[in-house]
Amino acid sequence: MTRAGGWLLAAAALTLPLWLSSAYHLHVAIMAGIFGVLALSLNLLLGFTGQLSLGHAAFFGIGAYTSALLTLKGAWSFWAALAAAVALAGAAGWLVGRLSLKLRGAYFVLVTISFAGVISLVSVNWIELTNGPLGLPGVPAPELFGWSLRSKTAYYYLVLAAIALSYLVCARLVKSRIGRAFVALRENEPLAESVGVDVTHYLVLAAVVSAGMAGLGGSLYAHYTRFVSPEVFLFTYTVTMVVMVVAGGKGTLAGPLVGAVLFTVLPEALRAAASWQWQMLAYGVLLVLLVFFLPRGIVPAVQALRGRDAS
Amino acid sequence: MAELLQHLVNGLVLGGTYALLGIGLTLIFGLMNVVNFAHGEFYTLGAYVAFAALAWAGVDFFVALLMAIAAGAALGWLCEVTLLRPLRGESIDTTMLVMIGVWIAMQNGELLVWGGVAKSIPHPFPTAPLVLGPVAIAPLRIFVLVLAAALIAASWLLIQKTKLGRAMRATFQDRDTAALMGVGIGRIHAATFAFGSGLAAAAGALLGPVFLVYPSMGDLASLKAFSVVILGGLGNLPGATLGGLLLGIVEELGAGYISSGYRDAVGFVIIILVLLFRPSGLFARQERIA
Repeated sequence: MTRAGGWLLAAAALTLPLWLSSAYHLHVAIMAGIFGVLALSLNLLLGFTGQLSLGHAAFFGIGAYTSALLTLKGAWSFWAALAAAVALAGAAGWLVGRLSLKLRGAYFVLVTISFAGVISLVSVNWIELTNGPLGLPGVPAPELFGWSLRSKTAYYYLVLAAIALSYLVCARLVKSRIGRAFVALRENEPLAESVGVDVTHYLVLAAVVSAGMAGLGGSLYAHYTRFVSPEVFLFTYTVTMVVMVVAGGKGTLAGPLVGAVLFTVLPEALRAAASWQWQMLAYGVLLVLLVFFLPRGIVPAVQALRGRDAS
Repeated sequence: MAELLQHLVNGLVLGGTYALLGIGLTLIFGLMNVVNFAHGEFYTLGAYVAFAALAWAGVDFFVALLMAIAAGAALGWLCEVTLLRPLRGESIDTTMLVMIGVWIAMQNGELLVWGGVAKSIPHPFPTAPLVLGPVAIAPLRIFVLVLAAALIAASWLLIQKTKLGRAMRATFQDRDTAALMGVGIGRIHAATFAFGSGLAAAAGALLGPVFLVYPSMGDLASLKAFSVVILGGLGNLPGATLGGLLLGIVEELGAGYISSGYRDAVGFVIIILVLLFRPSGLFARQERIA
């Protein structure tokens, strides 16, 4: 993306509520933003270290529950709860990372799925804490200096700030020594290890940052929908994140955001034409088609079309 | 004591079908190096075929089971030939993504065809349980256990005693050498995938009448199949059989003595613990097939 294009996009994102007056459209933009944070988070693991986490909904859900419980039962402020959500999700990421030190590929995937499965069962069965399947209604809207961020416009800017933060974290990380270690780990692990890259350390680091970011997305989701139930652990969320990252372009910085916008706006646009099941069916078919015809994703394909080095 | 025996018997019935699921998956995973996340969907398919055959066509239970196996094997073959064959030689992550896509597509296809409401499969067996000493067991469950055992034995014979089985074992040990010796790798892969999918469909058709049939039933089945594979070791058929029985029994005991809400957590915990402490499986000296 050229610098001018980037500024133009940023300006468009900043002024979006001015020319997008409908509350519904703003809602779609907010959801796209939350999923943008989630997709950036998954991409850090899948795109840069090459490890697929199919338990990402667990980190998202841990963030959502932490934030909701602390504000509802602990009467914490939104900002403190948000920080705790990020920290706790990050700690869960650390645990999964440590647990799966030596596991790669399919085995890593299975551990992440299993972890998400256990957490989801806890959320259903630990009724004293989570209220079980009924969920937690009435999660308060955030406040900033005594000013409620209840309105969609205000929340939009909050989510936008979260994306900017996540994007910056990813960009800084990826372009640093750490990011090169991630890519080395993805491309050739024995070689990376032989030149002194501490593979375990970097994989755990990637898992912690990725999980913390997913926790941020979870907290934002909880305080936006104002309701948290075990549905936040639904596999659908993980699948949506995977499709967004794979379609947008894994291992690129802009890819996950492109994927997030596309796969939030598209289903909403198609809502009238196709039911939820048809859309999920289409997701499955689309994932297969992407692997066959656009294996690297939209962003690298566009970059290649423009004759640039697609990196 | 009587309670323990009862749990063991129930666990054995459950475990027999888990073993079927696990054997199918361990062959596919071990031989083709494909992480088949759609495995549970073939289980669901088998259950729905059995439902259609028994509830609508009113055929014999055996015929329904055979129809389920045939449907699972046919769709598995189609899946291999159209999706996996062109990707042979690609990385394991690529085929895994494709199978995740197949999983989502199949599950939502089932949801569209059958609707989300759980269905119960009518079966011809008396519902009054047989009382054998301290243990009571429904005739249907005995039938399920016997058929599962027969199918496991048949799979073992196929792998050990037939020419196809020998070619499969050769491919597992060393694909290139097997190919040089004239084994058609493409044919073996298609046969393996069809065979594994057929076994998964059989498990679905057998367990469907015991429980209920619903579109998302395959998710847990996939995960249980993976825990069985991990317990038994990759490509290890006796390991998968023992692993399946063990999982079924541990689940029953966990549900009976700890908490029924956490029944399905047993499989997850097994995956995590075994991968941490004995990644080659409980029963394996090394990765092998047979």
